[in-house]
Amino acid sequence: MIEAPVFEMQAISKSFPGVRALHEVSFACGKGEVHALCGENGAGKSTLIKILSGVYRPDSGAVLIDGTEQHFGHPQEALLAGISVIYQEFSLLPERSVAQNLFLGREPLRNGLIDNRAMIAETRRVLELFGVRHGIAPETLVADLDVASQQMVEIAKAISLNAKVIVMDEPTAALNEAECDVLFALVDRLRASGTAIVYITHRMREVARIADRVTVLKDGEVTARFDQVPAPEMIVRAMVGRDISEYYPDPAKPDEIGADILTVSGGANHAVHDIDLTLRAGEIVGFAGLQGAGRTALAMALFGALPFTSGRVTIDGQHMDIKTPRDAIRAGIGMLPGDRKASGLVLMQSVRDNGMLTARSFARLLGGNGANRFIDLSGMDALLDRMRVRAPSYEQEMRFLSGGNQQKAIVARWLALKPKVLIFIEPTRGIDVDAKASIYHLMRDLARAGTAVMMVSSDLPEILGASDRILVMRDGRIVGEFGRSASEAELMLAATGEAAEVAA
Amino acid sequence: MTEQSLSRPETRKRRLPQINPVYVLVVALILAIIVMNPAFGEPTGYMNFLKRVAALAILSAGALYVIVSGGFDLSVGSIMTLTVIGSSMLASNDPNSTYWIIPLMLGIGLVIGLVNGLVVSYLKVPSLIATLGMMITLNGVAFMWSGGAPRGYLPDTFRFFGRYNITDVPLIGILPIAVICLVVFGATLWWGMHRTNFGRMLHAAGDNPQAARLAGVPVQRVRISAFVVSALTAVLAGIILGGRAGVSVNIGSGFELQAITAAVIGGAQLLGGRGSVPAAIAGALALEAIFTLLNLLGLAQPVRLVVQGLILIGAVAFATYQRKRAGR
Repeated sequence: MIEAPVFEMQAISKSFPGVRALHEVSFACGKGEVHALCGENGAGKSTLIKILSGVYRPDSGAVLIDGTEQHFGHPQEALLAGISVIYQEFSLLPERSVAQNLFLGREPLRNGLIDNRAMIAETRRVLELFGVRHGIAPETLVADLDVASQQMVEIAKAISLNAKVIVMDEPTAALNEAECDVLFALVDRLRASGTAIVYITHRMREVARIADRVTVLKDGEVTARFDQVPAPEMIVRAMVGRDISEYYPDPAKPDEIGADILTVSGGANHAVHDIDLTLRAGEIVGFAGLQGAGRTALAMALFGALPFTSGRVTIDGQHMDIKTPRDAIRAGIGMLPGDRKASGLVLMQSVRDNGMLTARSFARLLGGNGANRFIDLSGMDALLDRMRVRAPSYEQEMRFLSGGNQQKAIVARWLALKPKVLIFIEPTRGIDVDAKASIYHLMRDLARAGTAVMMVSSDLPEILGASDRILVMRDGRIVGEFGRSASEAELMLAATGEAAEVAA
Repeated sequence: MTEQSLSRPETRKRRLPQINPVYVLVVALILAIIVMNPAFGEPTGYMNFLKRVAALAILSAGALYVIVSGGFDLSVGSIMTLTVIGSSMLASNDPNSTYWIIPLMLGIGLVIGLVNGLVVSYLKVPSLIATLGMMITLNGVAFMWSGGAPRGYLPDTFRFFGRYNITDVPLIGILPIAVICLVVFGATLWWGMHRTNFGRMLHAAGDNPQAARLAGVPVQRVRISAFVVSALTAVLAGIILGGRAGVSVNIGSGFELQAITAAVIGGAQLLGGRGSVPAAIAGALALEAIFTLLNLLGLAQPVRLVVQGLILIGAVAFATYQRKRAGR
């Protein structure tokens, strides 16, 4: 146990209409400690953090900072008390410089005017704490930075606010491996300087790498607390309440891989070049690469959202001219976007309406919205049941569901149409361990039923575990093809281009 | 955790928001009016009220289509003006003209709606600006058409829809044609919004256009259709309004904002994705009931505007507060 925790949350309970989010949860973090907070989506991690940072008020229980009880009425009060939260969705203003973002709302004044020089000097001082390799200048616009650098700016902001506690909510979700290492080094540095860090993650490797202690939440209650990092299985068991066997399903047997379904030859647009590609029935093809390597752009091109400007696409041997998503859907291609909230879901509509959306888009305009030639309401309900979408009712608005259940509902949307090709982009991003396994099994079941599955993912273990064949992209081109026996190192080398240099 | 601890707050949540507050508001207002003026409780009293509100109610239900799709239609008032002025100019007191004037006006409405929708969808002009421009343009057209002082008359065949009452109806005594129109068009608009694939796509397009597009919804066509529906209901509302009011060049002015206010009182989400036709119609009833009440209290026209403005702000603030309390 820690002697004097920086903050302590005692027996916190919180309910929302219809949901008991937290029940008597206690949580604390000491000076220079990295405390990992693990749990599936919907376990209550976010609610706990929002109570700590003053967004919500607890129904009962107390929040103590340096031993004194606090009643935050507004996030600003928590911020002033030294608690900074770095959310997955960044709160930076893209059209402002790094320095302006750091000092947003508390700009230093000189003679009644904003003192730019002081702002830039202080920003430079804070950024220097991160070492020199990051290359972020205080004058850079945030919009011009990549995701990892933006995250660094968020952390810099917390440091310049003299945060005693920094909460990081799945900070590596949008980072590649190299960027993760930079983040971990930064966390080590913050720990050494005495900051208390709450680190929320699903990824066991990260817990092993940086955490001092681990607390696991499940269904709003603490199910395990470890004062040393235990074996990953222990954490996972506490998170899901059981062992996960067969996390990844078996790969396709050679006889399960069938005819070519989709072929591309010489496909190109402004983002991808020289794409030659074949997707086959029964096969899951994983697309690996760094952020911006063109994997998502390729998926968008196949799906007609950012169509190819040259090249030839065939489906079942027939030439297809796909210029819009509607063309693609008619041709038998479905896609699950990576950013579910921005591109996948209509959050104010019901689970059922989300599932029916595509089927309705291709049914008669004035047809009743209960039935059409693809699926009817009871068929959709059966599909949602089969996918084990957990919702109080399928009339529930989508925004109240957890990430995993939202993803399953969108999968149901496509299953109703029986697509020939289904493209998954980051299928398990922000999804809990249990739901991840069921998504992998679902992809495999689809493949076995004859669908060609394309999976774009930044999670290398996922690429290696779930794919039958792996294509690596770099700079808009496909630069390597591997079997599932490839190693992470081989894929990384191909993705970063260093293999090519060695070869040359 | 026990079953009880989970189920109790759930039922509490289910009950409360299930009844849209607008219906309670309408009932309360009507009761208030009856207390102040018992004659309102008689069939003639409330039937005349419904007759008066019919144009606004139909208009609100149509405007809701655009609101749910994520836009605004400010041109509907000017379409009503154009309908009344245009019809009176063309009719020149010929009773038989009505049979071709009404289809012609609906055709003009169709074209206006298409233009609104195409400008918003393809030229990417924000709907607020596009339809504001259309409103100014159409007001000008109506003024030019009438030459400043409208001459023609609307024949009785045209005024039939807004003015005529069926008398000697059992139980209710009189039944205005306008009320029949309200029921028929209201039901049609309800069906289109809440019982068809088009209506669900409209909700999806207003909720998240990007996600809707990637799910295969023809977002632009859906949006254009919403503007067409809105313009057509404006023509219908214009025909009913022309039946009971006199011909003037500003007959429809102000209706666009009243329609938006009514939809918002009915709980429509201003940036799209959520809205109910019956609630929008109830919103129109509530608005008209408030005006009636102000009249009974002896307050003049300017007060109406003040109240309407405050209601619009209050309704949006209330909806935002409710949503915040609901969790996100």
